[in-house]
Amino acid sequence: MGHSRPRTLTEKIWDSHKVLERDDGQTLLYIDRHFMGDDLLPDVFDAVRDKGLRFRRPDRTFATQDHYVPTTSRDIGSVDDPERRAMLEAVARNAAAAGITFFGMDDPRQGIVHVVGPEQGLSLPGMTIVCGDSHTATHGALGALALGIGSSEVSHVLATQTLWQVKPKTMRIRVEGRLPHGVSAKDIILSIIGKIGVSGATGHVVEYAGSAVRALSVEARMTLCNMSVEAGARAGLIAPDEATFDYLQGRPYAPKDDAWQNALRSWRDLASDPDAIFDREVTLDATDLAPMVTWGITPADAGPIGGRVPDPAKAANAESQERAAKALAYMGLAPGTPFEAIAVDRVFIGSCTNSRLEDLRAAAAIVDGRQSVVPAIVVPGSGLVKRQAEAEGLDLIFRKAGFEWREPGCSMCIAVNGDYVEPGQRCASTSNRNFVGRQGRGARTHLMSPAMAAAAAVTGRLTDVRKLLGGR
Amino acid sequence: MEAFRPFTSVAAAMPAPDIDTDQIFPARFLKKTRKQGLGQFLFNDLRYDEDGSERAGFVLNQPRYRQARILVAERNFGCGSSREQAVYTLFDFGIRSVIAPSFGDIFFNNCFKNGLLPIPLAPAVVATLLALIRNMPGIEFRIDLEGQNVSAPDGPRYRFEIDPLRKQSLLQGMDEIDFTLGYSGSIDRFEREQEAGMDWPR
Ligand code: SF4
Repeated sequence: MGHSRPRTLTEKIWDSHKVLERDDGQTLLYIDRHFMGDDLLPDVFDAVRDKGLRFRRPDRTFATQDHYVPTTSRDIGSVDDPERRAMLEAVARNAAAAGITFFGMDDPRQGIVHVVGPEQGLSLPGMTIVCGDSHTATHGALGALALGIGSSEVSHVLATQTLWQVKPKTMRIRVEGRLPHGVSAKDIILSIIGKIGVSGATGHVVEYAGSAVRALSVEARMTLCNMSVEAGARAGLIAPDEATFDYLQGRPYAPKDDAWQNALRSWRDLASDPDAIFDREVTLDATDLAPMVTWGITPADAGPIGGRVPDPAKAANAESQERAAKALAYMGLAPGTPFEAIAVDRVFIGSCTNSRLEDLRAAAAIVDGRQSVVPAIVVPGSGLVKRQAEAEGLDLIFRKAGFEWREPGCSMCIAVNGDYVEPGQRCASTSNRNFVGRQGRGARTHLMSPAMAAAAAVTGRLTDVRKLLGGR
Repeated sequence: MEAFRPFTSVAAAMPAPDIDTDQIFPARFLKKTRKQGLGQFLFNDLRYDEDGSERAGFVLNQPRYRQARILVAERNFGCGSSREQAVYTLFDFGIRSVIAPSFGDIFFNNCFKNGLLPIPLAPAVVATLLALIRNMPGIEFRIDLEGQNVSAPDGPRYRFEIDPLRKQSLLQGMDEIDFTLGYSGSIDRFEREQEAGMDWPR
């Protein structure tokens, strides 16, 4: 099939999954992979069953438990909240009844759905991937079109393995140059969101490109893609390359032998054509970037650690002034305070943004030989991440420094499993959302990278991690 | 899903941007089932004090807005999580339409599947509507999906755009799964071709 018009990567994946397109542009898109956590209302299954329908392709859906799992135990009996236990049991029961592969709490492969998919080799280049969760964009790091969907759409996928979609606009964000030492993918994405705003990419699929993105490991690319939705994007993705293929080869569900060779051949075509047109282009200079922290109540309220809490009075217009003032009131911060003068009450290292092995290594490198001066927890993204980290002795480094080493799950990212930040407490967190009440009612969240969170733990305040790097 | 008909209702204003799904429906209630009545949790942390008592200042606690079926807000309403409970809670409270300059993508999408009409209007138009509500508390707006417009009494009509399939599905209260199953033949064909063309994915 000849395509004379140059196409973006998004368009290529889109075109190859079109079941049909209506005159009004609505396209029925085939879905290759569907992931499921434990946070879906059981209604999504009933909506299919009550109609007497079958689940069309349960072999393409994979489920796990993440939001409601306790991180202090693997025993479901330890969950005394009956509603929470009901959620955990529902996904296990429904997955079994529907014939869906399930990684439950007692399975070492269990973890946060967006950590598990790539780790198992279930998220592959060129795929369409959906999950009833907004951070599905994470899987775009493998070169897939990965969309977060609502629960009605989950039922629709279970029944039809398709979704109605209108072709998204495309946006390319290039990050060029070498990332300075001590600056990570989390700092890139917080800088991007700070620059374009929380609705800067609304309606768009963002493709990340440029030399700094190419130089990122696949795990770091997941951090980048993960927070695309925090800029309003439908999805974020990165063209697959040798790093992607190396990452995938040998993973349990990745193609093997001849199939691997065939897959590689088709994956190598998965890049935007050189003269493809994007609806929007944004460029960032990586060499300018510094470790970032958020000071407010949206991820766009971010600044380099050397900065100060902004003065709402200096905001561009009345609306921004009011918004910034509200953010500072909630956060309990005074304008002009240097970020490094802000003391924290606790530290959370985890979430689908930053709970993979490299994240834990980066944090452990800072923690090693030091002591946390505030309560701090590390929650690995999956049972396999936890095992690997333990094999490397990272758990010992954290424990020796006074951190709690927990079982995998979403934990304090969303605070629905019993782990939460107390009202008014300030938390240095590697998660993705600093919304009002996200980590618990009245909780004050500062988002940052794992290394920065580790630095905050050992100093008790927001700290430029570069000061603690030494030779690390 | 019930069919969406033209209606007139008092409009409640929440003049703030970026009202995210955590504010609309805090995550700690995600384990509540819809049978428990999700409307009671709408804007929970804005609507109630910690001890559960109502905050008198919150718009939906004011007598004239308790029955509001229209909500007017600023840009990026419903940003954040994909939780469809954000739509359920609005619907179960009684809201049938949210007017704002822009919406979170997934939230916007979810609305149409649940009989809620999100209406994106130009920022200047939304500002006008907010000013009307401020100056005439309790003012009623009329929403006509068939004609694609919002109007204030004796005021101008503001036209909004909507995707034809979504419009049809709201007007008919159509079930999307049934609609798609009408295309099963095409899905079967796609699946066969995809699986013949590659020995992955499995
Ligand atoms: S870790 Fe946080 S953002 Fe990620 S899936 Fe869990 S709750 Fe959502």
